[in-house]
Amino acid sequence: MENILPAWMTAHHITAIVGHMGGGKTELAVNMAVAMAKAGEKTAVADLDVVNPYFRSREQREMFRELGIRFVASAQALVDADVPSLPAELNTLLQDMSYRSVLDIGGDSGARVLARYRHQIAAQDFAVWFVLNARRPQTATLEKAVWSLRKIEDEMGLPVTGIVNNTHLCNETTAGDILLGAGLADELAYVTNIPVICHTAPRSLADGLPELAEPVFPIDIYMKKPWER
Amino acid sequence: MDTTVEKELWKGNEAVAEAAIRAGCKCFFGYPITPQNEIPEYMSAHLPEAGGVFIQSESELAAINMVYGAAASGVRAMTSSSSPGISLKQEGISAMCSGELPGVVVNMMRGGPGLGTIQPSQCDYFQATRGGGNGDYRTIVLAPCDIQEAVDMTQEAFDLADIYRMPVMILGDGMIGQMMEPIVWHDIPKRELPSKDWCASGRKGRDHSNFITSLRIDAPDSEEFNRHLEAKYKTIAEKETRWVEKDTDGCEIIIAAYGTPSRIALSAAEELEAKGIKVGLFRPQTVWPFPSERLAELAAQPSVKAILVVEMSLGQMVEDVQLAVKGAKPVRFYGRVGGMVPSVEEIAEEAEKILQEVR
Repeated sequence: MENILPAWMTAHHITAIVGHMGGGKTELAVNMAVAMAKAGEKTAVADLDVVNPYFRSREQREMFRELGIRFVASAQALVDADVPSLPAELNTLLQDMSYRSVLDIGGDSGARVLARYRHQIAAQDFAVWFVLNARRPQTATLEKAVWSLRKIEDEMGLPVTGIVNNTHLCNETTAGDILLGAGLADELAYVTNIPVICHTAPRSLADGLPELAEPVFPIDIYMKKPWER
Repeated sequence: MDTTVEKELWKGNEAVAEAAIRAGCKCFFGYPITPQNEIPEYMSAHLPEAGGVFIQSESELAAINMVYGAAASGVRAMTSSSSPGISLKQEGISAMCSGELPGVVVNMMRGGPGLGTIQPSQCDYFQATRGGGNGDYRTIVLAPCDIQEAVDMTQEAFDLADIYRMPVMILGDGMIGQMMEPIVWHDIPKRELPSKDWCASGRKGRDHSNFITSLRIDAPDSEEFNRHLEAKYKTIAEKETRWVEKDTDGCEIIIAAYGTPSRIALSAAEELEAKGIKVGLFRPQTVWPFPSERLAELAAQPSVKAILVVEMSLGQMVEDVQLAVKGAKPVRFYGRVGGMVPSVEEIAEEAEKILQEVR
């Protein structure tokens, strides 16, 4: 049955998804939560993005409810008021190890929200994954990717523990894009000594990819634009 | 397609900022407001690298007046904001029209009125196309519907501003600023630019000093200047009006929309066509000058039963459509407001309902 989770996804209780703006953190977070919930895991998602006003995991609130995923986020009114607020409920989530929690973090310096919780997180079994998109010009070269990763580590006061190659061009992504990202992820892993966790691929491309050293996580696109079906 | 051209993924606001730098923008003055913050943020990081100057001004009012000053010295200058911030710039835009100063103003519209909401909107169409400031003036208003077009239009905006010596506005909605899309960087056609021999950048051996002002006390002089502006705006309407149409030939209903709603209308048209309804799409790329003549021609086709205008407003561009169509065909409106975005289903249902009524 398809609902057996890959080992990389069940290795930690708390997984924070960080990275450069627009890398696809929210899409990864939503897909992980859906996969975990469908496999029967007690799952939670926290929308801790204080940077982006649009295209937030909170837009999937209804689906999370249907799948029994606990969703932790500050009030919509605070988001719409441009208030960079964090939900008080996050404190309880970070201490409740009966959940597998995915923390959806804002881009770049948005990772600073984790600094407030770094001691709590560090005391638990946690992972911090850096989402890499080689088609984003600001992380398209090794030098820029390293700079982005280290900057985010400085902001949050936690180490990045894994790299996810999430290279995409929205609905124009090709296998070539994913392979390009795999190459950059390898180089990034080599110079930072941080392992590559997986490569994401739209479900339609996942089977056609050549063998990669790390697992491929087939994803569905949930974060759609208003005209996309 | 040229497969050697690499596509890159850009966020709308960042892409507009990068496009401005590539167009030779040397001065950016702005103040933060959602949903356009990535423009000043990107400029603050990258404009100095390109030899330019970024200043976070103390207010939007200060920013537009800094654009006035920088433009007067002959450099390419720009400001950006979102709806309430653009309101504050109106006085400066009017003054730039009067001083005949080129500059680019970006508005990533959010819901209004007043401070409104940070969610996307198109409620500043009147302000952009009618002139929110005082006086008989116009600004060229370019309305991109995707990030590639926002990039191309930003580069063109600087040329248009220089050619006609006036502020040019990029009128996007919050969605255009916030979303991510693949783009390619390509050279836009170079236009012949007039020399800036009018600018106040030092006398340089001329026999006169250049003087830039928006004050014309003498009424006959002032009228003559206004007639000069009138002639300029007429030339722009003749030469720079732009639009895109799709499947308009022999269509039954025309859906007219700009920006984000035009893309939702495209998806709605595909649904309607699957049901056998012939939908034509009409998308103004310049909302001033408005492509009235072409829309009137299309509406006059015997096949056309009605025009549906879709906006994220209570109905603003619909007035330009009515002026163009002059009652020849029924013009209907569908809008969502306050930061809400119309859905594909809503537009398709509305079009079907209208056709049932008018057939």
